[in-house]
Amino acid sequence: MQTPFLMLSTIAWRNLWRNYRRTLIMLLAISVGVWAMIWMTALMRGMVDQMIKGSINNLLGHIQIHAPAYRDDPSIVNSIEPPGPELTDSLNRPLIKAWTSRIRVPAVISSERESRGVTLVGIDPAAEAALSFLSESITQGSNLASADAPGVVIGRKLAERLETRLGKRIVLVSQDSDNTVVDRGFRITGIFEAELQTTELAYAFVGRDRAQEFLNMADQVSEISLISDDYRNLTHLLENIQATAPDLEVISWDQVDPYTGSMLAVMDGFILVWIIVVFLALSFGLVNTLAMAVFERKRELGLLQALGMQPGYILLQVLIESVILLLLGLLAGNLLAWLSIVPIQDGIDLSAIGEGLELAGMSSILYPVVEFSDIARANLVVIVLGILASLLPALRAARHVPVDAITRP
Amino acid sequence: MILLRLAWRNLWRSPRRTLLTLGAMVFCNTILVFMIGLQLGMYDLMINNTLRAFSGNLQIQATGYNEKPQMRRSFADATQLAQRVRDHINLDSVSARATGFALASSQTRSYGVQVLGVQPATEALVSTLPGLIKQGSYLSPDDAQTAVVGSVFARNIKVDIGDELTLVGSGKDGSIAATVVTVVGIFDSGISELDRNLLQMPLTVFQDVFSLGNDAHKIVISAANLDAAVKVESEISALIADHPDLTLLDWQTLNPGLQEAIQADFSSAWFMYGVLIVLVGFSVLNTVLMSVLERTREFGIVLALGLTPGRVGWVVMLESLLMGLAGFSIGAATGAALNMYFAINGFSYSGMQEMGARFNLPAEFYPEVSLIALTLGPGAILIATLLAAIYPALRIRGLQPVEAMRAV
Repeated sequence: MQTPFLMLSTIAWRNLWRNYRRTLIMLLAISVGVWAMIWMTALMRGMVDQMIKGSINNLLGHIQIHAPAYRDDPSIVNSIEPPGPELTDSLNRPLIKAWTSRIRVPAVISSERESRGVTLVGIDPAAEAALSFLSESITQGSNLASADAPGVVIGRKLAERLETRLGKRIVLVSQDSDNTVVDRGFRITGIFEAELQTTELAYAFVGRDRAQEFLNMADQVSEISLISDDYRNLTHLLENIQATAPDLEVISWDQVDPYTGSMLAVMDGFILVWIIVVFLALSFGLVNTLAMAVFERKRELGLLQALGMQPGYILLQVLIESVILLLLGLLAGNLLAWLSIVPIQDGIDLSAIGEGLELAGMSSILYPVVEFSDIARANLVVIVLGILASLLPALRAARHVPVDAITRP
Repeated sequence: MILLRLAWRNLWRSPRRTLLTLGAMVFCNTILVFMIGLQLGMYDLMINNTLRAFSGNLQIQATGYNEKPQMRRSFADATQLAQRVRDHINLDSVSARATGFALASSQTRSYGVQVLGVQPATEALVSTLPGLIKQGSYLSPDDAQTAVVGSVFARNIKVDIGDELTLVGSGKDGSIAATVVTVVGIFDSGISELDRNLLQMPLTVFQDVFSLGNDAHKIVISAANLDAAVKVESEISALIADHPDLTLLDWQTLNPGLQEAIQADFSSAWFMYGVLIVLVGFSVLNTVLMSVLERTREFGIVLALGLTPGRVGWVVMLESLLMGLAGFSIGAATGAALNMYFAINGFSYSGMQEMGARFNLPAEFYPEVSLIALTLGPGAILIATLLAAIYPALRIRGLQPVEAMRAV
């Protein structure tokens, strides 16, 4: 027997265009819905992605290794020995893209006019370049040349607050490993600009060796930070490193910064809820349109059945009608989404509400992120739930009793 | 009246269609009422918590201090001015503050810390911090060499109640400011910036240590609510009009991030609401258009009988209006029920706690049940419904009675 699929499809297609206004309105509704799903998702993703990357770049890294008490009490007392041979081997594995060790202790920075609290960060600039923002953010002067380079690099906003500038001297005061307060003058050799003002105010960067010497801490460090190739799946890596450094705390970025960490899960949940809400708002229209289409064809469907068409084929025909409608709507919606995302690929400037975004930890230029899985999810939800929703009118159409349907007007 | 009855009956000629369209409206209305209620409740909380915690509704500062908060940008006779403001606006919640920075050292640790000089007697009226002391007590009004510190700071620097802290900073004239204070209280506000980095001492001690004379940096004024603050604002502006070196700042200027965060949240939310409203609009458009098209014959007859196209158009508009009003009331009612449930039980989802902490919010939200929260969303949907009905209603004007009667 020849498959009636082609025939049914032809009938379904023609049925759709018998009332083109209705079909067009429904198509418009579906495409607006799909567009809104994808567009919103891309912006949300962009926001979260940027936030996470920004935080990771902001001296967070993917995994941090500290003394167990360091996070609760980030002081020089809780420093660790530099990585031994075993840990070094473990850190040099190919899965890890880069790692570095840092000094990170609270300090006070003073110019002739003002004082502020900062975090004194001792870095090895060569290794740090792959891990954090500093090397790309210098706007005046230059970055530290090496781990024992003299001088200090501070943020633009901090320099402004201290009423100082490039080339001037500032004094850093902190506590050394014997709990004595020590101070030393450093010349400002570089000024950086960051996306967030809080970052510009937070840090004073000096060479790691200089910091160790200043704070009398031999070759100890405060933390080891590393990045792998993906910030999502770190469990395995965490366990491996923990095994080689049993006495240290090895934790991932989302534990160090739970606010940013929670964003990922919150966004995923939010995106799914958004897609489903939009779909539900759509589905009322979809069911209505199909129900109307079936209702006004009651006689005709009865006649077909009387002529011997199986109820299953009628069901199939209505479903095909719905699938064509959904597919066309999806096509238009995806196209619309693509057309609206391409022009803003280079970022939308939201600096009008910049400080509000900064409060949430976001920068003011937003780059949409289109992920295949998000698009697939939106399309899948629409087509699967769409077919489910149209089963209702389709089943009704197939259940008409032929004689009743023909005789009643 | 007859038109109204006609419209009502027309609606129920095809109950399933009407109910489905109504369903779309009720669904969207419920969501809108809930979301808007949640948002409004959240904004209120955000503003109130932030303002009450620390910044107050209004502040008087030396001109330029807000842009560059520096020790030397102070103003004179601060406590007297605070008293004048108190008398003038007949409100006790006015308190002067001075801000500085010092290196604090305990026996074993040293940390930089923000030092705030406050008037112990009135500070509790402008800030919730004094009420959040979890150990010891707040500063007493006797101007002793005492201090209260944040909980994280106390833990990091390893001090307890009764321990001494040495403070070293620089005074207004550039001289070295040094003193020893006894910690009498530890507060836990849940705002990490304050808990980590704030020390409060009596204003008189501060003025003495930082060579400030009788100067201060801010006079903080707290009002019962935002509306009351507006009234107080104009009174104070009048009072300080003869002091060109003083500026009165409102909460938006004091917390620019907060205002913008609310705007950002509000505009992204309205994009989502807009999409839902448009989708309902399409749904209504389709329904009304179909119902008009299938009644072409009927309309032809009533037109031939002498009914004007305008009145027939009105019937169609009335149908939408009735449907819209039904959607409005049912949606607002279900939304109100949902909001009331959560207003009592609180609404939360995973990750909210971390996000909440960032904006001075608790982990649970209580949506607002107010007239505006209940009617804003459904009102927008009602308008969209009426707009969507215009096109089908206008089509009737173009009908030719004879041709229409022949239509299938």
